[in-house]
Amino acid sequence: MPSRVAVGLIAMLLGAGQSACAAPAASTVGGSITVFAASSLTHAFTRIGANFENAHPGAVVHVTFAGSSTLAAQIEQGAIGDVFASADQPTMQRLVNAGLVSGSPSIFARNRLQIVVAAGNPKHIGGLADLSRAGLVVLLCAPAVPCGRYAIQSLRAAGVTVTPASQEADVKAVVSKVALGEADAGIVYVTDVKASGAAVQGIDIPARFNVTADYPMALLKDSQDAVLAGTFISYVLADGQHILAGDGFAAP
Amino acid sequence: MASTFWPEMALPPPDRRGPAAAPVPFLILAGAGVAFFVLPLLGLLVRTPWGSARELLTSSEALTALRLSLIASLSATAIALLLGVPLAWIYARVAFPGRAICRALTVLPMVLPPVVGGVALLLAFGRGGLLGGWLADVFGIHLPFTTAGAILAETFVAMPFLVITVEAGLRSMDTRFEDAARTLGARRWTVLWRVTLPLVRPSLVAGAILCWARALGEFGATITFAGNFPGRTQTMPLAVYLALETSPESAIVLSLVLLVVSLAVLVGLRDRWLGAS
Repeated sequence: MPSRVAVGLIAMLLGAGQSACAAPAASTVGGSITVFAASSLTHAFTRIGANFENAHPGAVVHVTFAGSSTLAAQIEQGAIGDVFASADQPTMQRLVNAGLVSGSPSIFARNRLQIVVAAGNPKHIGGLADLSRAGLVVLLCAPAVPCGRYAIQSLRAAGVTVTPASQEADVKAVVSKVALGEADAGIVYVTDVKASGAAVQGIDIPARFNVTADYPMALLKDSQDAVLAGTFISYVLADGQHILAGDGFAAP
Repeated sequence: MASTFWPEMALPPPDRRGPAAAPVPFLILAGAGVAFFVLPLLGLLVRTPWGSARELLTSSEALTALRLSLIASLSATAIALLLGVPLAWIYARVAFPGRAICRALTVLPMVLPPVVGGVALLLAFGRGGLLGGWLADVFGIHLPFTTAGAILAETFVAMPFLVITVEAGLRSMDTRFEDAARTLGARRWTVLWRVTLPLVRPSLVAGAILCWARALGEFGATITFAGNFPGRTQTMPLAVYLALETSPESAIVLSLVLLVVSLAVLVGLRDRWLGAS
């Protein structure tokens, strides 16, 4: 008798699994999509996702934030999602080359670098050259992630050599450690400084040393709901722009 | 012999019944359970670029991370032994008010998300933290972004494994040997060194190895508290995580090294965790 109960349980589990798999077939306005977005988009895409859901009743947008290359690695390893929004072109190109993207990516925003310091700039940092000062705890992103690559480009353009205390795995870690007072300065995106509120402030990097980061966005090949995903991409390129601008992004 | 020290953890010898004795649904579910653990390991093995594995492993970044990992995890184990053995002895032998709460706080890092542990360490030992500002002003000791910080993070996460293992050993040991030594005139310290610690040596060894293995695999607290810099705070797990961004092959090879080490630890402790062979 107990074994019959167990068999029944298994049958139920298997049945439930099948019906769950069969469910997401209909795709009109309703439905749900998963968006993989670079961590520098956290604030903007959280709001854009909410606005999109308001504008399209029945639609649900799940946004996952992480470093662009972490997300790309997850997608390469078969993470199921519908849209990828990267903080740099090479990472997007990696997925295009791997045949994981459908159509061609479109640039939806641009970002620039800024030096992040504690509010009030207690260490009197005026520009990139000051980052090489002895005794200063400076954080950069790891060279493996876009913000780290851009920071190296920018420092090289300015002819400044910086020995960072740490190469953080993503841009948010740099900002939060400066905000906590554990580091004196870091090189991050303008938008991250803006999103971090009153604890930190940004020091501009002159245009000739600065790097413009293009943010491309694309529909993923394995999208379960290409129609809704396409609608979301169009929404970001049109209605989403004022939110992106409000966070400090430049228009594409 | 070993099992007498951990009656609550040692496994009784398995039955000699054949597979036919098991209900079929159980066999199926158990098979699925085993597959769940085996498949990810197979995934790593299948995708390992064996041809270039040697080259990837002996690259300077991999060797730097490996060396730092060994230094940090062994130092963490040494600190854990120094602080953890007396702590385990107090928990096992001394009744004091608040002991249950103290013990709960000691093992908290085992269930706390390591990243939360890292944030808590920053708030305590960071330069703006409870103790960190004082450490920096008075002793010039800076822990965040240093190897000492990585060791501290690993100790925080790994020491509970040593404490609970040694405490369990002390609780289940036969205290009559200690009583006998005392009645023969041995001083308290002599009893501890010559009788107690030798008797719980198996749990000391097991606890130290578990603690070391946990320290070796530590990621979240380290990257949060100590940051990531090659040669200073970038241990193997951090190197794996960042290698995944640029070179998945070397991430796989580094993962395999950690896997082999972990497996070796479990095989070494098989009497305790896998039952007598």
